[in-house]
Amino acid sequence: MASIHMDDLHKVYGGGVKAVTGVSLDIADGEMIVLVGPSGCGKSTLLRMVAGLETISRGTLKIGDRVVNTLEPAERDIAMVFQNYALYPHMTVFNNLAYGLKNRKVPKDQIGRRVREAAKMLEIEEYLDRKPRNLSGGQRQRVAMGRALVREPEAFLFDEPLSNLDAKLRVQMRVEIRQLQKRLGTTSLYVTHDQLEALTMADRLVVLNAGQVEQVGTPMEVFEKPASVFVAGFIGSPAMNMLDVDYLRETGAGDALHGFPPGTDLIGVRPDDLSMTAPEGPHLRLSGQVALLEPAGAESHIYVTLGGSAQPITVRVQGLPTVAEGADLNLFAPLPVLHPFNRASGLRVA
Amino acid sequence: MVENDRWGMLLSHLVLILGVGLVVFPVYVAVIASTHPPGTFVRGVMPLLPGPNALENYRTAIFDGRSVAGTPPIGGMLWNSFVMAMAITIGKLSISILSAFAIVYFRFPFRIFFFWVIFLTLMLPVEVRIVPTFEVVANLGMLNSFAGLSIPLIASATATFLFRQFFMTVPEELMEAARVDGAGPMKFFRDILLPLSITNIAALFVIMFIYGWNQYLWPLLITTDPEFYTIVMGIQRMVTGGDSEPLWHLVMATVVLAALPPVLVILFMQRLFVKGLTETEK
Repeated sequence: MASIHMDDLHKVYGGGVKAVTGVSLDIADGEMIVLVGPSGCGKSTLLRMVAGLETISRGTLKIGDRVVNTLEPAERDIAMVFQNYALYPHMTVFNNLAYGLKNRKVPKDQIGRRVREAAKMLEIEEYLDRKPRNLSGGQRQRVAMGRALVREPEAFLFDEPLSNLDAKLRVQMRVEIRQLQKRLGTTSLYVTHDQLEALTMADRLVVLNAGQVEQVGTPMEVFEKPASVFVAGFIGSPAMNMLDVDYLRETGAGDALHGFPPGTDLIGVRPDDLSMTAPEGPHLRLSGQVALLEPAGAESHIYVTLGGSAQPITVRVQGLPTVAEGADLNLFAPLPVLHPFNRASGLRVA
Repeated sequence: MVENDRWGMLLSHLVLILGVGLVVFPVYVAVIASTHPPGTFVRGVMPLLPGPNALENYRTAIFDGRSVAGTPPIGGMLWNSFVMAMAITIGKLSISILSAFAIVYFRFPFRIFFFWVIFLTLMLPVEVRIVPTFEVVANLGMLNSFAGLSIPLIASATATFLFRQFFMTVPEELMEAARVDGAGPMKFFRDILLPLSITNIAALFVIMFIYGWNQYLWPLLITTDPEFYTIVMGIQRMVTGGDSEPLWHLVMATVVLAALPPVLVILFMQRLFVKGLTETEK
């Protein structure tokens, strides 16, 4: 097990396309870091650079105390779980797990023991003689995990390992991977575009956008104090509502905003933080019309068109909403839960 | 489909039977002809029922060859054909699978250029380049040798192309997983790519073997020593070689024997062959 240090990593592709621009990150030994971002943000590229499957254009990458910039993947002592599992189709599960060990010239009796241990941990012992094509998606996922596990590497790299599973299995595997990682204490780097996976699995979360780090922090830090408009919009579902301060001033609601730092011209408010009854203490008051109701089981989403603005905002309430579509509605949000941003820089103000 | 259409079914069967008949009839005639005594043909009437001389004709064709029909015994020619076909097949397969591997998995300058050069040779069959090829082979002193028979026919754009297409369907992550697992390029090739290609190799083996076996013009050109006659060209020698009327009953027996090995290859490799052409296991 080892720590991973990235210092100003860059990836420029042949055509001049910049996939990763200046990522610096220190991952502590045993930590689970989740890289999250929209497709094309460079998260997979970054992971593949750590794995050694993409060359590093500039910067330094250290695993433990070794600079590994130019080492082959096998020499970096990492294990990777691929999105489509990448199991060797002609080999049995046993041989899939054993292949990496065989290539490392591990003695035969040790290979057998370690494969069986890993298989037991993942509950795939009974499938050891089967070929991957005779396994279900979830079982294949376990085998792919086992192939990483059995090597006892310095670090696990996960490249969207759950995105090919159905929703139910995804939740189950999410929990299992996290439990396993905690138990083994192996440093892990996990790439996903699913923010729920990111929030639930990470020790620390790294939000990437356009090849750059937008924010690093624990899931709660990132959720409660998004560092930029991008992070605010990306983490949290439904996405955070963004209100123009100029608009708020016009409608008179802006008076409440005196206390906000200068430079604030965009106010973010989470759909959960809006309520239909006035809270105690200072608050923001909005009024509009219900455009659409969207019941979603235990909760409901209300889409509201604010008066004098075409932009709809989302409100999340527990249970069924008590309003009807087309009804006029007053919404309230306490001041402390509002997120002040600057539009030009895209960053949080204070 | 038109499962319940009586007339449709009748018609399609009729067409199929007609097609099969068209293909099978000449083969049938050859088999029948190989069982008749020498005189039957000269009379100009083709019998359609087996004659009494089957055993005798085949025995003469196999063991006596030269003395009767102006060629070496068939056994030797069959062996020559077999060696040539195998050399061509194995050579073609190993060279083309390696070049496809290089083209798909390695990034080197002029990669695409080389691929198109290989592809271009598809347009130049043996017959087109036969004179320069003969010149080269003659200068290298390879006339009348197995090397001369097989080496010029080994380069194969078709097989390279087919392997390339197959390799491109193999997910790239497989190669990356192998790299993470500590397998170098050749290890990846041997442990993963080769086993995955096995059905393709089988299919190409059948096609290439028949291609090699059926070579006619090239062996005819470069072998003057009966020692190296192949069976397909041997048949031609039988027809034109002797001073007398061609011994059709022996020619036909030889034809039947010459057609057997490709049939056997197909029969034995049929399952793999069909699998290789129809499904890709990924």
